[in-house]
Amino acid sequence: MGTISKIHEMLTTKQCSCTELTKSYLEQIEKSNPELNAYVNVTGDEALKAAEAVDKKLAAGEEIGMLEGVPMTLKDNLSTKGIETTCCSKILTGYKPIYNATVWELLQAQNAVMLGKTNMDEFAMGSSSETSYFGGAANPFNTKHCAGGSSGGVASAVGANIAAYGLGSDTGGSIRQPASFCGIVGLKPTYGAVSRYGLIAYGSSLDQIGPITKSVEDAAIVFDAISKQDERDSTSKGSSEETYSKLDNDIKGLKIGIAREYLDGVRDDVKEAVLEAAEVYKSLGAEIVYFDLPALKYALPVYYIIACAEASSNLGRYDGIRYGYKTAHYNGTHDMICRTRSEGFGEEVKRRILLGTYVLSAGYYDAYYKKAQDLRGSIIRSFNDAFENCDVILAPTVPMTAFEMGHAVSDPIETYLTDICTVPVNIAGLPGVSIPCGFNAKGMPIGMQLIGRSFGEATILNAAYKYQQAAPDKFMDTKWGVKL
Amino acid sequence: MKYELVAGFETHIELSTKTKIFCGCTTQFGGEPNTHCCPVCIGLPGTLPKLNREVVRYAIKAGLAVHGEIAEIAKMDRKNYCYPDLAKAYQISQLYAPLIIGGYVELSNGRKIRLHHIHIEEDAGKLIHKHGDTYVDYNRGGVPLIEIVSEPDIRSIDEAKEYVERLQQVMRYIGVSDCKMQEGSMRCDVNISVRPEGSEKLGTRTEIKNMNSINNIAKAMEYEFERQTDLIESGGKVVQETLRYDDASGTTSSMRSKEDAHDYRYFRDPDLVTINISREEVEEIRASLPELPAEKFKRYTEELGIPEKDAQLLTKYRKISEFFDEACEGVKSAKSVSNFIIGQIFRRTETEADKEQFDVAVKPKQLNELVKLLDSGKIRNNLAKSTLEKMLDSGKGALDFISEADMGGVDDNALLELCKAAVESNPKAVEDFKNGKEKALKALVGNVMKNSRGKADAVAAEAKIKELIG
Repeated sequence: MGTISKIHEMLTTKQCSCTELTKSYLEQIEKSNPELNAYVNVTGDEALKAAEAVDKKLAAGEEIGMLEGVPMTLKDNLSTKGIETTCCSKILTGYKPIYNATVWELLQAQNAVMLGKTNMDEFAMGSSSETSYFGGAANPFNTKHCAGGSSGGVASAVGANIAAYGLGSDTGGSIRQPASFCGIVGLKPTYGAVSRYGLIAYGSSLDQIGPITKSVEDAAIVFDAISKQDERDSTSKGSSEETYSKLDNDIKGLKIGIAREYLDGVRDDVKEAVLEAAEVYKSLGAEIVYFDLPALKYALPVYYIIACAEASSNLGRYDGIRYGYKTAHYNGTHDMICRTRSEGFGEEVKRRILLGTYVLSAGYYDAYYKKAQDLRGSIIRSFNDAFENCDVILAPTVPMTAFEMGHAVSDPIETYLTDICTVPVNIAGLPGVSIPCGFNAKGMPIGMQLIGRSFGEATILNAAYKYQQAAPDKFMDTKWGVKL
Repeated sequence: MKYELVAGFETHIELSTKTKIFCGCTTQFGGEPNTHCCPVCIGLPGTLPKLNREVVRYAIKAGLAVHGEIAEIAKMDRKNYCYPDLAKAYQISQLYAPLIIGGYVELSNGRKIRLHHIHIEEDAGKLIHKHGDTYVDYNRGGVPLIEIVSEPDIRSIDEAKEYVERLQQVMRYIGVSDCKMQEGSMRCDVNISVRPEGSEKLGTRTEIKNMNSINNIAKAMEYEFERQTDLIESGGKVVQETLRYDDASGTTSSMRSKEDAHDYRYFRDPDLVTINISREEVEEIRASLPELPAEKFKRYTEELGIPEKDAQLLTKYRKISEFFDEACEGVKSAKSVSNFIIGQIFRRTETEADKEQFDVAVKPKQLNELVKLLDSGKIRNNLAKSTLEKMLDSGKGALDFISEADMGGVDDNALLELCKAAVESNPKAVEDFKNGKEKALKALVGNVMKNSRGKADAVAAEAKIKELIG
């Protein structure tokens, strides 16, 4: 068990069969999932069937690809044909898609072994996975703390080694933040690099699917596998270059920018860890440049206006007529829809639907939605300007480490504020990767993110890889895991 | 006080592309419920729309046919509302950057009804009420529509009817829609208000939704015009509201008031990219347009000397006008072609549907041959008429019924001989005519025609006979 390349080696050198490997993962899930609540649906039979196919190939002496037979997981908002896909919402309970998300099609074509679907904040709305209908996912470092969100289940599973890797989605930080909280790697690709077809939408102009992995190499391998142009998603372009083969390029002279605004309001331990990482980069020959990014102060309101507006429209379809939850007693169609939605959605989802409906409504559209779109433009321009003077931007992923369970739910506004470092990347459509860069006094992991130019995944992953090599001790494992 | 009617139309027309606007499903009408559907058009979670470029081309065609300006950049917006037949709870439509701006429809009285814009959008499914339950059929969901929004330029019910007919005619001509109101492939919302004649200010309007026949449009407008006029006359005020028309009672009733009007919360659809339309593409589509009915009408009346009433009949359906154009090739008298079509062939195509199909036994080339025989004087009108009937019965050509002997005509000498023979062999008729019975002359001419096997010129024969006995 471990990273993708380690598992690949184990399989090809016949240290174990894919079936044995899958079984051991399933056993581990059975043991640790009750405490972690990472998986909401374990698909053991399907996993073993997929493993069998890989074993047949191995037995026949055929070559296998890097991802073949590697046990993994998908966030529960990625459509899987015939397998319940709920977005961890009551309203989608029992819903089994009749088609596969493009990313799952791509991975299935490589004989990926899916162990199950993982926990998340309901409809990806949240920062702790606690808005999940199935309860929150725990942090492998300390199960009293949350795994983060919204892709908390994937991060918890990968961090606890009950999946080699997983796919999450990131609308305002939902891949990077839980990766940071769980001490692992999370890549939010450039908007358009990965097809969104089959990803159950939250904020369509912000959503991107990306890998959550134990190492930077793994993130590159998975990203290369899923970043294909897809004609079913008009906004998809695919990636212009391979990233895995470009790791380990020299970063001498690489200009790493630090925006002062990114460090405002960040807890001291986090700030220190990030600045320490900057020193590591200096020692590797990179140049650190400080700059100002004043537009950053608009990022949070812009994000919440746009994401909620789009969500209010995207979530209109859950009416109990065609699939999912439907209220038991009602009086006419209108009443049925009202009751189904009132009973089917959780508080946070309702809050965001209301907010989104409000900012789009007649008389308020100009003051909120239109203004947010205009500001989105100026944030994009600010990033473009910043990249005139640097190649990569270094920033904390989250201003703090993983919250204790229950904290996020009790104060939604404070929780919204914790997205400050992650949302700008989504607003500008840029790629960002979160990697671990230290631990706080209580032993909880700290993450930092490297932000790149549009479609600059190869550059940020290479920079991340260089750091991983220079500071391997930051990439620690948990009590369930093994070292890289 | 006299009141004037002011109306504007929002006309939805289903485009006849093979597949739907955002997926590959068929657009065919009917079908078992929910069989023309896929994850995309029933809006399953996670699916994304993919614009069918053919829809853009069809809409550009429609826009050019009504003199609209084709935008260089168009965008798709979401119109949010909740109704069971709308699977995503939003309709993908256009508000902020529609495909076509402006344009007009010209009426026979010379007035131009200006268009505000034309946009593309998807149709919704259909609710079916049965056994006290409601069912949804999503087959129609995602069928492409254009919505043609006019300015409030219509001033009478006749203008309203003609406006709809003209749109129907031109859209059918260019082949973008069958515009069948009874099947719902063309539907109108009528915005109507009244004002004192001579006033420039628009009155408060009401909107009559979803009209599905020209007759009902006329009846509903008539009712609404009187209702609004009566209301104002009696000191009341028209309330801005949305109405439905009830065919059975012939009245309108309120669906919702202005206060209850939907707030559609339009915003740019983030799933679809900007539509770019190059000027080359527009010109290519413009070049592919057939001659439009208004252009044909002008040519028929001004160049071919066809009376306006006949030109209207000939241009009403594309197939008739094409039949006419083909049958006219190289003939001296287009008027004869027109007369044969309207006088004789139309009797074989009784319904409007038959006329639109215009699937008749005689081919345009065969009519062309017949008229050419007439043109050259080889046969006379009577023979041509009776031959055409035989052709229509059998599908055979003119020469199958006219022998060499029938042709060649009757020269003046021969005509004189024939007339003499007629006078000599019918003394009774001659006597009658001399006694003032005008009808007797017809019998004598008939004799000439019979003996010439229809080839003689009846008018010339009559003159000759009068000369002989007068």
